[in-house]
Amino acid sequence: MNPYVPILVIGAIGFGFAIISVVAGYLTGPRRYNRAKAEAYECGIEPTPPAAGGGRFPIKYFLTAMLFIIFDIEIVFLYPWAVSFDQLGLFGIVEMFLFILTVFVAYTYVWRRGGLEWD
Amino acid sequence: MNSARDLILDDPGWLIAVKGLLVFVFCVLCTLMAIWFERRIVARMQLRLGPNRVGKFGLLQSLADGVKLALKEDLIPAAADKLVFIIAPIISATTCFMAFAVIPMSGPVKMFGQETAFQLTDIPVGVLYILSVASVGVYGIVLAGWSSGSTYPLLGGLRSSAQVISYEIAMGLSLVAVFLYAGSMSTIDIVDAQDQFWYAIVLFPSFIIYAISMVGETNRAPFDLAEAEGELVGGFHTEYSSLKFALFFLAEYVNIVGVSALATTLFLGGYHAPPGLGFTESWLGGWFTFIWFFIKVVLFFFVFVWLRGTLPRLRYDQFMQFGWKVLIPANVAWIMVVAVLRYFTLNGASRTSILIFGGAILVIFLMGSSLYERSKAKKGEVTASAVDAPAPYPVPELPMKISTFTVPRAERERE
Repeated sequence: MNPYVPILVIGAIGFGFAIISVVAGYLTGPRRYNRAKAEAYECGIEPTPPAAGGGRFPIKYFLTAMLFIIFDIEIVFLYPWAVSFDQLGLFGIVEMFLFILTVFVAYTYVWRRGGLEWD
Repeated sequence: MNSARDLILDDPGWLIAVKGLLVFVFCVLCTLMAIWFERRIVARMQLRLGPNRVGKFGLLQSLADGVKLALKEDLIPAAADKLVFIIAPIISATTCFMAFAVIPMSGPVKMFGQETAFQLTDIPVGVLYILSVASVGVYGIVLAGWSSGSTYPLLGGLRSSAQVISYEIAMGLSLVAVFLYAGSMSTIDIVDAQDQFWYAIVLFPSFIIYAISMVGETNRAPFDLAEAEGELVGGFHTEYSSLKFALFFLAEYVNIVGVSALATTLFLGGYHAPPGLGFTESWLGGWFTFIWFFIKVVLFFFVFVWLRGTLPRLRYDQFMQFGWKVLIPANVAWIMVVAVLRYFTLNGASRTSILIFGGAILVIFLMGSSLYERSKAKKGEVTASAVDAPAPYPVPELPMKISTFTVPRAERERE
């Protein structure tokens, strides 16, 4: 049988369980309307209305996501190289050294420009 | 030794369904027991008793908590994006189970009269699949934080996701050395490749980096910045209640068991017995291998609990800098060292040349670290002298003047 079918099976089981839980939580719990309960939680004070468009967030997180993509792609290149390392020989090592060197130029640049500082 | 793989791939449809259910039940039971276990152990570490009222030793405590959550009101805040708010916990809870599909939990066993192994499936890119499923799980966190329409969950969700993706890189890099030695990404092949030495010993630095990053990846103490109560209330699930909250809780614990199971598979020889106890693997018709697997997972989980009971939470910038500036460069350097070592051994280099190479690397590393320490000490000296230098203008004596005697200075003089 196709080895990817069982993944769908366990996914369907987990999904079904989650759906049942959400529906059950809706049915079993009490429902007593209260305006204060539907407000956003802010430790008891009047909640600040959220900014239009879902609220802003620091650019730092966006930068982190971009860096993540760069390094994740590096990892994606490293995996097949590692798996077939035994067949590649010296060529594989030299190529990977050059590749990592180029990635680390970008890494050093980000570091020097303060891209890896959080406060 | 492809027998286990052939057995799994020959499974009839009904057996796949049964095994899927068994894996699911295993995860849920593990979660219920893990919560109880954690509360009891942490309580002991803090000289308390922990939950001991519901059932024998309080074993049913988590079940009681689950029932209580089900009977609570299912609130959706007025400012929330309703559809996304409901979908987010479903994403989290679905993906956490899917990672278990490729974990080999036992060797060849008999299950309902059918020769098979307790593993749902085996695909050639097994570990990559686990990483990708874990990445999809991040969507649950981001969407939950974003859709709540509230400040604290938004910030908590962003923090969580930044943390998870940062440590996913360290985690992914630490696995490269394993693939390099095993020559495969299939979990069965990796387990079989460890029949002589566990990779936790052979690739010790990789193991340490994986162990650190799996704590960061699952948002657990001391890296539980997303749930820093003093700053962010409850993090991304602040606005969730009832069973939707329970789903996030379940996902967190299933993820912990999941990364522990992956660590067991990749570094501790999977379901195989520890060296010297190989004869136990045939006990109970092969099912004893599952017990070995379970013991190793529990050991990892105990370390999680131990960390939580011991260490205070890190500061956010320290945590991110540790991931990006220490773990990632160290990891890449280690991969290069492993690659060269592997190349030498494959080409039949003599043991002495390998030892010389290893020694040279060690010397370079020690020199680099000592240079780094010296430059740091020099920097400290500069700032210290700047503070102690007499001001060019008269400074009046301050009341309550504190002693200027500094400890590091005294130590330096003693040397």
